[in-house]
Amino acid sequence: MDDRTMLKIEKLNVNYGAIQAVRDVSISINRGEIVTLIGANGAGKSSIIRAIMGLVKSHSEEMTFISPRDGKPVSIQGKPAEAHVKLGISLSPEGRRILPQLTVEENLTLGAYIRDDAKGISDDMEYVYSLFPRLKERRKQKGSTLSGGEQQMLAVGRALMSRPDLLMLDEPSLGLAPILVDEVFGIIREINAQGRTILLVEQNAFDVLEVGAVGLSGTGAELLNDPKVRAAYLGG
Amino acid sequence: MELNIFVQHFINALSLGSLYGLVAVGYTMVYGILRLINFAHGDIFMLGAYFVYFATIVYKLNWGVGVVIAIILTTICGLLVDRIAYKPLREAPRISALISAIGVSFFIENFAVVVFTGMPRPVVQPPILMKPIEFSNGVRLIPLGILVPVVAFLLVGALLWLLYCTKPGLAMRAISFDIETTRMMGVSVNKIIALAFGLGSALAAVAGIMWALRYPRVEPFMGMTPGIKAFIAAVFGGIGSVPGAMIGGLILGFVEIMSVAFFPTLSGYKDAFAFLLLILILLFRPTGLLGEKLEDKI
Repeated sequence: MDDRTMLKIEKLNVNYGAIQAVRDVSISINRGEIVTLIGANGAGKSSIIRAIMGLVKSHSEEMTFISPRDGKPVSIQGKPAEAHVKLGISLSPEGRRILPQLTVEENLTLGAYIRDDAKGISDDMEYVYSLFPRLKERRKQKGSTLSGGEQQMLAVGRALMSRPDLLMLDEPSLGLAPILVDEVFGIIREINAQGRTILLVEQNAFDVLEVGAVGLSGTGAELLNDPKVRAAYLGG
Repeated sequence: MELNIFVQHFINALSLGSLYGLVAVGYTMVYGILRLINFAHGDIFMLGAYFVYFATIVYKLNWGVGVVIAIILTTICGLLVDRIAYKPLREAPRISALISAIGVSFFIENFAVVVFTGMPRPVVQPPILMKPIEFSNGVRLIPLGILVPVVAFLLVGALLWLLYCTKPGLAMRAISFDIETTRMMGVSVNKIIALAFGLGSALAAVAGIMWALRYPRVEPFMGMTPGIKAFIAAVFGGIGSVPGAMIGGLILGFVEIMSVAFFPTLSGYKDAFAFLLLILILLFRPTGLLGEKLEDKI
């Protein structure tokens, strides 16, 4: 394990009853990277990210998170989602999952639930508003009144509010107009440039290539033979 | 109707309605979070009344101390009900928890018959609450009649403050929309659910205590009818909404008292009005006065 490793997963398996959604997937993420899981709909990308977050039952040989805060490796296998947030992992889930009856500001405040530093929270809220100025205009509006793009921005912003070291984004481009996709990916790059490690899940490989942070490149045949791509796309 | 009589009916309706409201708030909070009708809630209310009876009348503690002890013990019972009867069923189909709730309700009622006996016991009211205050225009009021709505409104006000101005309140509102997402934000969902049960039980305890003072007696099944009516109040106001529960309770209290006041011949049908209101609201506005959109609820 290299000393920059932040997340190391060996042979992750997720089953839903008799259906195996993820089989023997191994992932390693280094500090400061943007790692992207690409794959078709139903390939198990979301299951992987949800398993990392502790939202679905999974088993693995190893699932270790090394917090850059103290450098101590912690096994996150089987821990509940709320424990992950405290360790420094956060998730902007598939489908945005904005709380519809809470205002933009309340959604962001909830994102900072584990924190008690009022000053830091309001600074971070300003930071999120600086990334997504439209959210600031709408901060007193209920989540349900936002457009799809605004909800996506809010989901990303909310995931930032816990000051995660590892930010996981599940299909942030889903359902967005192409111009917004560019904007969101631009902001993801910016967040990464400020030192946050990102695990991104996307269906559309073209969008991901635009981010310019794909760990693997090659022809279709080469990618197909690559074990990592096989793991992500074809389930092992 | 003379002013004097009307004012008395009004205060009476206000205090009965706010008691229904206090109990209804407990139903609505638990329902809002877990989509569970906590049928044991009326029995928690009964326990509150019994605890204050034992503390003040059997063990001769003063009322202030007795009330505090009764609230604490009732809250513990409410938390135990959640822990024992509902928590193991969180992942189970909703109907399982509902059946468990009915079971807990029967258990508490019959346990109370065994432990407290089925005999109604008279509650000795503190004289200071019963000494009528006379106004110059002939209106006479009993302090208890004023105390009940004042306490109820203060408590519901405090609850609304907690829900809308504090972090646990934010988490509680968030859970009622989406448990998983709230968990993703680092909220320990079971703690917040326990908080909802605790608060609901404490409010039910206060209502039970004031009920015991109003109709000065306690008996093991005293929670049944007020429990059902409070549940109707919660549905009427829009289940899941705390202000709705209070408004529903008040409307129910006013309908019950005023219908009998203006049409004394209907007094035998007093308990039917609650169900009439339930039928009407379900026919014309199934989500209740302040209710959210109904999706897949029981």
